[in-house]
Amino acid sequence: MSGLPVIVDAASWLLILLGSFFTVVGGIGLVRMPEFYTRMHAASVTDTLGAGFLVLGLMLQAGFSLVTLKLLFLLALFFFAGPVVTHALAQAALHERIPPLLAEDRRGKAGAGGEPEGS
Amino acid sequence: MRVVSLAGFLFAFWLALSGHYTLLLIAAGAVCAMLCALVGRHMRVADHEGHPIHLWRGTLTYYPWLVWEIAKSAWAVTKVILHPRLPISPTMTVVRAGQRSTAGVATYANSITLTPGTITVGVSGNTLTVHALMREGAIDLEGGGMDSRVTRFEATA
Repeated sequence: MSGLPVIVDAASWLLILLGSFFTVVGGIGLVRMPEFYTRMHAASVTDTLGAGFLVLGLMLQAGFSLVTLKLLFLLALFFFAGPVVTHALAQAALHERIPPLLAEDRRGKAGAGGEPEGS
Repeated sequence: MRVVSLAGFLFAFWLALSGHYTLLLIAAGAVCAMLCALVGRHMRVADHEGHPIHLWRGTLTYYPWLVWEIAKSAWAVTKVILHPRLPISPTMTVVRAGQRSTAGVATYANSITLTPGTITVGVSGNTLTVHALMREGAIDLEGGGMDSRVTRFEATA
């Protein structure tokens, strides 16, 4: 990159590579997880650490400019819209009675905010 | 007051996205921002729930804490995904949200969903149904650490 200090460029590429790593890990998780709900957990790695590191790295490339501000808006969008979409998806799946594969169902036992019991 | 603040935010957002600074365009942006804020008031989205500016002081400490929590649990989920035997133990549980306002409960529910490994799948009143990838994640939430952190955040208003 022209005009970019080597150290900033290196940090930027480190962040971009880290972001790529977590994005790929999320993808691997999507394939390896057994069913719908567990796959959603894998996808959340991609849109938190993956997107976060990628956008941070791109911000360093853009420098102190309007582009950086727009990237910041992009992160904010992920931050606020992401969980809403995830929640809507999971709730829709429950409404459709797609049964979650569970190792343990604590809905009955735990009580609302009760003490975790040693079972 | 909230309408003025909403108009201010919208105008700043417009300025940031536009990048063209001529008198005509800036005036057009200002008019649009004001119109949107008025429509927002009419639709009742410019209230303490839709535009919670009174929480700004809490966000300064809450969001950095949340980002750190997200990073920690994303790393935990990453290790599970890459583990050869895929040691998952999916668990459903219910947790109580101790917040008083709807914005507070929504913040808690969204924070649970944002941290990888736990997803809020249902909200009714102050009771959240949570799906966790690992049993430990569910038990952590039942312990109420994040709940009390969000309640403190809500109380900074």
